[in-house]
Amino acid sequence: MRIAIASGKGGTGKTTIATSLALSLASQYETWYLDCDVEAPNGHLFLHPNFTDQVPAVIKIPQIQSDLCTLCGKCVDVCQFHALANIVKSIMVFPQLCHGCGSCTLNCPQQAIQEVDAPIGKLESGIAMAGIHFQHGMLSISEPMPTPVIRQLKRRVNPGKNVVVILDSPPGASCSVVETLRGVDYVLLVTEPTPFGIHDLYQMLGIVHDMNIPAGMIINRDGIGEKSMQSQFAEIPLPVLLRVPFDRKIASGIAAGKTLIEIDPKYQQVFSNLYQQIVNQLKVGNIC
Amino acid sequence: MLNRSFKVKQLVILSGKGGTGKTSLSAAFAFLTRKSQIPALVVDADVDAANLCLILTPEKTEGHEFWGGSIAQIDSQRCIACGDCGRVCRYDAVVPGFEDGGVFSIDPIACDGCAACVFACSQDAIQMVQQQEGYWFHSQTQIGELFHAELFPGRENSGKLVTLIKQQARLRAEDSQTPLLLVDGPPGIGCPVISACAGADASLVVTEPSQAGLHDLKRIMATLQHFRIPAMICINKADIYPEGAQQIRAYAEDQGVEVVGVIPFDESIPNAMVMGKPVNEAFPQSPAANAIKEIWNNTILRWG
Amino acid sequence: MIIIISAQEPNLEGAINERFGRCPFLIKIDTSNNQWEPFQNPGISQSGGAGVAAAQFVIDQKVNAVISGDFGPHAANALRASAIEMRLFSDNISTVQQALDAYKQESLLAFGQD
Repeated sequence: MRIAIASGKGGTGKTTIATSLALSLASQYETWYLDCDVEAPNGHLFLHPNFTDQVPAVIKIPQIQSDLCTLCGKCVDVCQFHALANIVKSIMVFPQLCHGCGSCTLNCPQQAIQEVDAPIGKLESGIAMAGIHFQHGMLSISEPMPTPVIRQLKRRVNPGKNVVVILDSPPGASCSVVETLRGVDYVLLVTEPTPFGIHDLYQMLGIVHDMNIPAGMIINRDGIGEKSMQSQFAEIPLPVLLRVPFDRKIASGIAAGKTLIEIDPKYQQVFSNLYQQIVNQLKVGNIC
Repeated sequence: MLNRSFKVKQLVILSGKGGTGKTSLSAAFAFLTRKSQIPALVVDADVDAANLCLILTPEKTEGHEFWGGSIAQIDSQRCIACGDCGRVCRYDAVVPGFEDGGVFSIDPIACDGCAACVFACSQDAIQMVQQQEGYWFHSQTQIGELFHAELFPGRENSGKLVTLIKQQARLRAEDSQTPLLLVDGPPGIGCPVISACAGADASLVVTEPSQAGLHDLKRIMATLQHFRIPAMICINKADIYPEGAQQIRAYAEDQGVEVVGVIPFDESIPNAMVMGKPVNEAFPQSPAANAIKEIWNNTILRWG
Repeated sequence: MIIIISAQEPNLEGAINERFGRCPFLIKIDTSNNQWEPFQNPGISQSGGAGVAAAQFVIDQKVNAVISGDFGPHAANALRASAIEMRLFSDNISTVQQALDAYKQESLLAFGQD
């Protein structure tokens, strides 16, 4: 079972929910936690993994072999991203524009292009609290594209049956979120009762609808802002699976890096029940 | 008409971590500059989750389609279902057909736009089709002109749309001799952030005193250092976790970066959001408004 | 010398445009006889890599120098590697003709020198 935690708006509590859910389920199932927010991953601050493996996240960029290159410029023509230029005496590559698609390499008439791995980040894994299988990716500073890192991160997970994989998504509603959500069974949308929370939730509704993934809502910081916001949630065609109240004690606990379960042990059962609700919703075939 | 000798100063508001209060602060800044009669233009660079318009109530004066990259499309009449396209696609975007005589199709969400399939297809059955990815707008608000955008959900946010609206804002600033550009940035450190930073004279990083906040603060600061943009820090919701606020101050001191202010946790901010107003307009005497005013004094006013 | 000037309009009296990658027109001029030709900038319609697209065009035209307001790092690398001179508009220039005259008078700063 693959469950993604997303939100649209940043800071609504995705990582709080994702890590708490993982911790709760770890006593019953083999549980994997994937931090797909590779620009600003925070899951490790809550689950304290002991990293035992690290590999670079790479994209394959072209390397032109000058002894074979005839400067015909076919690679320049083929590249949709202008990552190559024919500077008369040689072909120049712009790694930051390269998407690693391999098209230039495939289309070189002289087979003069080799692909080399260019690191754009790192992928780390290890065992965390309660035996959680922890994986995260970290995009290197100044690298523009998170999606290749997310793609490679997800490929490292090959769980067997009866395994739960929790994917902690990045904020926003663009391609890195889509990459995270691809192939999951369910999406938990974490929102807050503010105009920003609701506005960005609608962006996420668009995505889960287009991707045809069942979803449910978690309302975090319930009680903040004004009561008028609550009626807006009623208009959203998703079940509300959990409300976490706004509470300064919870807020400071999270700030200190504690999961909800460590702040209040009742959440162990709360998240276990939440998981059952998801399983039931999927059995009944509730599609958003 | 281009006015080339006029210099526009650009402040970009960033955070690393999402939800620290960038947009609330940007709106408050826009209000304060207007109140002090300092002309400013505002850009909402968080194009896939554009929230500034919820506080600034814009009236759109111009709207434009934003056309981004292209995606592949297979002509089912020409496809012979050989699978050559699927063999070269690195993005799992080629879907073998089970209906329609087995012809293949492209998953538009997965397609990266690389056109490898176009060149691999022996039947010339694949074309690249440009996509509309959203809209951008130039609007009037009660506190000045706003440039903002809406990226369609799930689309590529490579920074192109951010770059576009910033360019438009800069041109308008030069034309109208507006000396200040305020850019409300997106979370993270990737392409949209890099585009939001481009050409900025300074950055104000809004952080929160949590473990996650500090971790991501370091990432955005490293990014700003890489692009050589001078930065200042302010701490929002500072009293939620005073230990964390102290850690941030220690980090800032270590890095030689100024902490220009501290905002206490204050429900005036979400309440003002619900009212659709900047907090300094809705609750001018609130602790948050006073703190933001001081931050504004230490940033914008200092620029002169 | 063959030079290219980034422009807003396709003529010598028209305004210059600061941004090399995304200016609407690139005007190619032979300074020996003042013959000129405007081209649409291939970079302008690009969603990414506009600077490289514009630089590739300039390189293919076999020019000696380009004059613009700014060059992004990718375009600058490509042009530098092709030994094409990059010059910047000075503050008092607003038309293509003015830029051409200033170039002939050798009064323009080279890119990357301030």
